[in-house]
Amino acid sequence: MIINHPLLGPRDAAEFVYLGDASLIERPDGFGENAEDAMYDYVYLRDNPAGQHRELWYHEQGDRSWLVVTRNTLTHEITAIELARDVARSKGRSR
Amino acid sequence: MNQPNRIDGGQIDRATTLKFQFNERWLTAHPGDTLASALLANGVRLVGRSFKYHRPRGIFSAGSEEPNALVQLHKGAALEPNTRATTVEVFDGLYATSQNHRGSLEYDFLAVNDLLSPFLSAGFYYKTFMWPRAFWEKIYEPVIRSAAGLGRLSGKPDPDAYDHGYLHCDVLIIGAGPAGLTAALAAGRAGLRVILADEDFRMGGRLNAETQVVGDMEGAAWAQAAVGELTSMNNVRLMTRTTVYGAYDHGTYGALERMTDHLSDSGDKPRQVLWRVYSKRAILCAGATERSIAFGNNDRPGVMLAGAVRAYVNRFGVAPGRRVAVLTNNNDGLRTVDDLRAKGIEVSAVIDARKGDYLVNTTGRKGLKSVHLNNGRRIEADCLAVSGGWSPNVHLSSHHRGRPIWRDDIAAFVPGGELPPGMIVAGAANGTLTLASILKEAHETAQRIATDLGKSGPTGEPPKASDEDFATAPIWHINKGKQRAWVDLQNDVTTKDVTQSHREGFRSVEHLKRYTTLGMATDQGKTSNMLGLAVMAEASGKTIPETGTTIFRPPYSPVPIGAFAGRARGKDFRPTRRTPSHDWASENGASFVETGAWLRAEWYARPGERGWRDSVDREVKATRTGVGICDVTTLGKIDIQGRDTAEFLNKIYANAFLKLPVGKVRYGLMLREDGTVYDDGTTARLSETHFVMTTTTANAVLVFRNLEFARQCLWPDLDVHLISTTDAWAQFSVAGPKSRALMQKAVDDLDLSNEAFPFMACAACTVFGGTPARLFRISFSGELAYEIAVPARYGDAMIRAMMAAGEEFNLTPYGTEALGVMRIEKGHVAGNELNGQTDARMIGLGKMISRNKDFIGAALLDRPEQTRDDGLQLVGLRPIDANVNLTAGAHFLNPGDPADMAHDQGWMTSVAYSPELGCSIGLGFLKRGSERHGETLRSFSPIRAQDVMVEVCSPHHIDPEGERQRG
Repeated sequence: MIINHPLLGPRDAAEFVYLGDASLIERPDGFGENAEDAMYDYVYLRDNPAGQHRELWYHEQGDRSWLVVTRNTLTHEITAIELARDVARSKGRSR
Repeated sequence: MNQPNRIDGGQIDRATTLKFQFNERWLTAHPGDTLASALLANGVRLVGRSFKYHRPRGIFSAGSEEPNALVQLHKGAALEPNTRATTVEVFDGLYATSQNHRGSLEYDFLAVNDLLSPFLSAGFYYKTFMWPRAFWEKIYEPVIRSAAGLGRLSGKPDPDAYDHGYLHCDVLIIGAGPAGLTAALAAGRAGLRVILADEDFRMGGRLNAETQVVGDMEGAAWAQAAVGELTSMNNVRLMTRTTVYGAYDHGTYGALERMTDHLSDSGDKPRQVLWRVYSKRAILCAGATERSIAFGNNDRPGVMLAGAVRAYVNRFGVAPGRRVAVLTNNNDGLRTVDDLRAKGIEVSAVIDARKGDYLVNTTGRKGLKSVHLNNGRRIEADCLAVSGGWSPNVHLSSHHRGRPIWRDDIAAFVPGGELPPGMIVAGAANGTLTLASILKEAHETAQRIATDLGKSGPTGEPPKASDEDFATAPIWHINKGKQRAWVDLQNDVTTKDVTQSHREGFRSVEHLKRYTTLGMATDQGKTSNMLGLAVMAEASGKTIPETGTTIFRPPYSPVPIGAFAGRARGKDFRPTRRTPSHDWASENGASFVETGAWLRAEWYARPGERGWRDSVDREVKATRTGVGICDVTTLGKIDIQGRDTAEFLNKIYANAFLKLPVGKVRYGLMLREDGTVYDDGTTARLSETHFVMTTTTANAVLVFRNLEFARQCLWPDLDVHLISTTDAWAQFSVAGPKSRALMQKAVDDLDLSNEAFPFMACAACTVFGGTPARLFRISFSGELAYEIAVPARYGDAMIRAMMAAGEEFNLTPYGTEALGVMRIEKGHVAGNELNGQTDARMIGLGKMISRNKDFIGAALLDRPEQTRDDGLQLVGLRPIDANVNLTAGAHFLNPGDPADMAHDQGWMTSVAYSPELGCSIGLGFLKRGSERHGETLRSFSPIRAQDVMVEVCSPHHIDPEGERQRG
């Protein structure tokens, strides 16, 4: 596969490490209400769609960016690639 | 002339004669010959034995689709089984032997299988070898295994080198027949970057084998002219002997180039190169494969595809027979008659199946002698040219699961469904089977791609040719006689096997394939799949498209495992990481152990020592009573800087880090988000905004990855920056009661008294007169100890300077074994304890965890399994009998309990011999362990056959109060 890195252009997938569902960005507050249940869902429950999937890739053999890649799990077609940091911020994550 | 079947013409170099061996017989050939054409030229028709029935077999095709003529090449370690004689180029000294026979090729003992054939039909193994059960592994399997398979491996390491390569292009053209050459010319002229790859050693495809005319030239000559023009273009790369074997994602293709297989002397070049080709577009011009017609005894040496007969006659200048009969269901096959007659070869019969003529049987045990017609006539023939029509080579078009679709007019499947993105199919592979149409389609396809990619250079005109008559009729098999009629020659599948499969309910093509093994051999059924489908369709009363087709997957033809491995084998499987003191350690008797990619000194043997235990015991004693030094560079080191670093670390570590003072080091415990212990290490604060973290050797890469994840994805606005400095700093542990005196000698201008530089202090400093360094007062051994880091380039000088400075203290280097002994004596946990299932409570660190902050792992700390009353806790263990050596992995049992998992009390994680205590000691996890010090338990290891009594004690076997490290 080829991943079109937003900063570096097209790169071979072999340069990347795959993590999984981009929902891992949305870590619940460990001290929030129902933290244990929310964290249980966060840690153990994932969607496993046949089709569009937003997922995290890490450019380990490159610039060390974490990316959110929207990939069709049936065809491997990639339709969007974003810096995970931008996605995290857009979800209200800060510090 | 000792090539009795050599005739005039062909694309071979008769001026040069090559000598080669087949079954220890010296024969001759010419450059341009394949092993198959050379054997035919020498009159060798019997070249192998079939898979199951050990029937005599000959050469069936003239290309990579060959099911029959599989031979072994070379001797010794280079021996290569199951090589297709039709693709092997002859070179001087080539050594080939036939395979799959016991005794000689001519008299194969296992030919008895042919007589037993009524019992060896489809599913035979499944039905026959069921009872008695006790025979499965002892008798049936060894006997079947020894009889199974074709060639034999040498069993020795592959002596050849393989390489990997990467190529980029605008358009990859797969196949250099008439379509591929035409497309390459148009694309190349337009200015596209083109790669043209063909599995053959001579470009031209069928043009080389036929007598068709392109433009004003013979097809083969036109092909050479086209290659000439392409060679002159800088934007075109021509790759012969290169099989594009797979279509992967996003325009990536796998290709295998055979670099030196055709040479007597490889000249130290890699034998084969596995290319990864990145393309914007690909044109599949893979052509088509001729298929056979099934009839009685259609597998004899001499029965050959009609197109192959033309290839041998026209391209190789070889007569495959002297009296040739032709059986065809299409007009293309009839061309064979003209081509043979033009070369003066007698055609003894022309059997056009469309006219109701057919064959019922053949004779000739080791080579065809005659064919029997349905009208009772027997015709003498030493070669039968069979054409059952052509199947487009759709393989790569369905590598992304696109299903081929059926076309009635050519009675074949053509590419359909969704092709791999960027792929276009042209020519015979697309079902376009006549020459003028092929050239036009290929030319226009390349033009369209050029326009798509913004190249508008002149592409010229497509070459002129005429469309020959290609009328074909779907006649697949003739099941009139009683004789077996072969469908799949390589796996010995007959029409009866297919109809039996249908009768027994294995009717889906996928079931048919697996039940009969049709199409499962190394040729993947290139010449047989269609035939099998047709027989199944007839048996089930369905059409062929209703019956369906199996899906094609990579590789198109076999790729050696060695090519996939490339250079990554043996010691080059991965890089070797050496510590900065490696050379010094080698000079001083160290033996090394692999820890991940690192090589670390495990102990330093000295003269007179009788084994590793002597060395390790000495190193431990010397360190505990004097001073020792150990290279600990392999620990992960991460430099962390930024205004928010303390806050960041406070979220990463389970214990508090916000208020770590500058100039201090703290032990840090990292959890996973599920609350399990992940990694541990120390982190030093060099300034308000500058920290240095260490991780375990094993997790260095993973921790760094997780920190980047936390920094970018979880808390993106913290001002934190990371860089891995594992390789940048050489780090040594200096441990033992005399370490202060030694370090005071090594460092410049830094007061190391306990008051000025206490336990867990750190500082940037210089050593030995100005070399920059970092000093940490941390201890893994439990002794008074320091870790000193210098830039890696000074690592070798540092160990030598330290050893010189330490001479007066008898400074002793120690390796990982002594390191392990001392950490077990001290009760420090390591990988054996932190195995991915360990909760902080289990290792006595529950109280260290901060309860008033959120950090990774905070929310899932208190689940029932982690808080149960009888949870496992770390303990120390000692044998009751001091002479016993404990065993890691042993399980604990209360005395008197039966040895089963219901009574399991825990297990031993680490053991070592403690020179200080004079006995074997252990660490382990024990239910309610911290309450049970002093108890006596059984330590039981059925695997190591050990059953001994042990006493539970504190995990801190030595200095439980930690006075030594603080002193």
